[in-house]
Formats: sequence, C-alpha cells, structure tokens
Amino acid sequence: MQLTILAFGIAKDILGRRELQLEVPDDTTVRDLKDRLLERYPEFSRLVSLAIAVNSEYSAEDVLLQERDEIALIPPVSGG
Amino acid sequence: MSDFFTTQERARYARHFTLPEFGEEGQRKLKQSSVLVIGAGGLGSPLLLYLAAAGVGRIGIVEFDQVDESNLQRQVLYTIGDLGQSKGEVAVRRLRALNPLVEVEHYPTRLSSENALSIFRGYDLVADGTDNFPTRYLVNDACVLSGIPNVYASIFRFEGQVSVFNLLRADGARGPNYRSLFPQPPPPGMVPSCAEGGVLGVLPGIVGSLQASEAIKVLTGIGDPLDGRLFLFDAASFSSRILKIPDTPGPAITELIDYEEFCGLAPSTAVKEIGVQEFFEMRERGVDFQLIDVREPYEVEIAELGGELIPPAEIERSADRIARDKMVVLHCRSGRRSADAVRLLEERFGFDNLYNLRGGILAWADEIDPSMAKY
Repeated sequence: MQLTILAFGIAKDILGRRELQLEVPDDTTVRDLKDRLLERYPEFSRLVSLAIAVNSEYSAEDVLLQERDEIALIPPVSGG
Repeated sequence: MSDFFTTQERARYARHFTLPEFGEEGQRKLKQSSVLVIGAGGLGSPLLLYLAAAGVGRIGIVEFDQVDESNLQRQVLYTIGDLGQSKGEVAVRRLRALNPLVEVEHYPTRLSSENALSIFRGYDLVADGTDNFPTRYLVNDACVLSGIPNVYASIFRFEGQVSVFNLLRADGARGPNYRSLFPQPPPPGMVPSCAEGGVLGVLPGIVGSLQASEAIKVLTGIGDPLDGRLFLFDAASFSSRILKIPDTPGPAITELIDYEEFCGLAPSTAVKEIGVQEFFEMRERGVDFQLIDVREPYEVEIAELGGELIPPAEIERSADRIARDKMVVLHCRSGRRSADAVRLLEERFGFDNLYNLRGGILAWADEIDPSMAKY
C-alpha cells in the first residue's frame, strides 16, 4: 500500500522534500515505518523527539497503518 | 452600570465591550489578570503589543538581551533608535506609551532553574516566546510545578507551532504539556535556531498574534483554546494542520533540573581545534587539507570561507565525502555546530583527522577579514 508522508521542520531537510510517497507492506505499523525511514535516512536516529501523527492525531508506535493514511513527521522547533 | 471601569477605559475598550461573548465581563477578567511573557523577541513583540493593547491588567517581561540590528527584520517592538539598548526597558516604555492603564514589569535576567518559580509566582498565565530548547523545557516544567497554563508558540524558517499546555480543565485535570509532545530534546545542533536557519520576518508576527489570541481566550474563558491540540502553520505552502495530542500523561515533573545538561549543552568532551590565524597561515602556505562548512545553505550566501557544504542534518549521510587521509577542518558560524559535527563524526565513524575552526565565521570576520559579514 502507499502512504503519504508530510515532513515539517528539520524533517524536511532530512527527507530532502516536503512530501514523500512511500510503498510499504500491508501490515505496517508506525514502528515499522519509523524503522524503514531510519534505514533510508539515518539522520532520523538522532532526532529522538520526532512526533509522528497519523491523520492529524498523535500516534502510538503499535498503530497499524492503512492505505492512504497521511503521516506527519513533526520535530520540535525552538525559534522565537 | 458598575464603576469598575473608568470613562477612559470604556472609551479605549469600546470594541471589546460591544463584542458578543466578550463584553464587560471579558474585559473585567482581562483587567484582573496577569501574563508573564518569556522573551521579547520575534514572538514577544506582537504578543506584548496585543496583550497591552487589549488591557491585560499586569504584564511581566523576562528578557536580558539588547536590541541588535538583525532583530529589526521581525521584532516590531523596536526601532533604529533602540539599537544597543535593553530590550526589556524599551519594551516597557513602548507598552506604557501604548496603554498606560496596564502595569508592566521587566525582569532583566536569564530565566533559570533558580529564579523561574519565584518569577512565575503570582502570574495567571505564561506565554513562551523564547528561542532555545533549554528554556522551552524550563518554562514548561516551571508552569507544571506552578500550576499555570503555558501558551506556547515556536517558529522555524516558514513554519510555526502553537499550543496551550497545562490548562486546567473543568474536571480539575491538567491538559498535556510540552513534554507530552516532545519528551526528549533534540541533540544540540540538530535543529537550527532562527540565527542559524533563518526565519521569515513576518512569521513571528502571524504566530505571535495567534499566541496573543490564545492567551486572551484562556484569560477570559472565551471559545475553545488549543488545549490538547497542536496548531502547525507553514507560510510557504500556506497550509495548516491541527493535531490532537493524547491525554496520556507525559513524564512526571517533580522538580526543576539542569536544562543545559538535559539538552546536551553542558560542557562536553573537547575536540581538536585550530584558530583562525593558524588556519589563515595554513592556507597561505598551500597546505593540503579539506574544509567542510556545516551550516545551512542560506548562511553560505551571507558569508563563506569556500568550504564544501554539508548541513548538520546531512552529516551522517555524507560521511563518505569527508577525507581520512589528510587534515579536515570543519567550520560553522560560531564554532558550536562544527564542534558537535566533529564529535559526531569521531564517535560514529571513527575519524581522527578532524579539527574544529575555533570561533568560525565570526572569529574570521573579527581577526582576519573585517569585510566578511557577521550575522
């Protein structure tokens, strides 16, 4: 199935783009997705505080993803 | 009609008095409340102006910095004539001129674990407009320990985040706080500050105004504040999102800690360094070495030393571009991010030929080339 990944803040720099379409197996959880992203983009391993939202809701790691889910990667920002 | 308000106040706040849901009751609540604003910078500017204009009874400003020319692109509280002056003092004068009916107090200090709880005491609400992670966590924890809501906003390049943390709900429980969202800070140097990553000048105007609006809503009890929700705004794509933050409690907060250490900013292991003078001479002599610039692309356009650019977020991915068979010098603006990069590369990839350029671009501009732009 295909997922849409939206990157905010510094996650945009890590992905090199704002939006990414990612093909994943059908039984993928948020944790699996994180692992997959880590494999492709090792910098995510340093971003320990990355929040992941699925369809505008903060998501626990064991949540099973569905086709067409929109995943947002939200790192903290500190500017004022 | 009660005589709670003077004729002058009735004239000044006329549009609030006639506003349905707000009215005399809303204005009375504002007048009887107090807000502590942390940081009088990009977010603090619109925030303070609107809170004072709206008639919040007492406003505190925690700010230790002076007005710098690079502030004027977004910090609309200040003018050319204020350069070099204490931001807090200028802000107090400006707010008193705008609305002499509000009480304004300046705390000319850096917020710390030692002073936060005593400064927060007596305020109904804190609005966080600081510019660094240690203070963000400190403000959050001090709000939780003091039982005060934290109207939070933060900006980055074209993006803003807004939320209302630790809000007391009707059932007596407190809403989520910053640590429910981000339990751990990012490692130092990973997320650029406004100085490092740049920021669209009008962005804090937009986001700080939203913050003022949330503060006024919380104080007056009007509408639905962003409790348990995080608002995200991207000016570049003009898109926004509201994300639900779960009620599951974050880490317990029982005392204030050392936030510099928590954010990894405490004195860390020393890295090999080279001064700008020595670096200059090496170049003159034609020594073969590799120069790596670990700043953001935007910064290179302002000032550069001709190094290969590897932004902090790409360092691990780009480790194979860094030579192992000769001396490698890493630099950034001040030497902080490049020291972090040297540390990271040594730890993760076993480099032993890396040197940090002490003081970075700033030292180069001071000691070698005064025509180089400092930013």
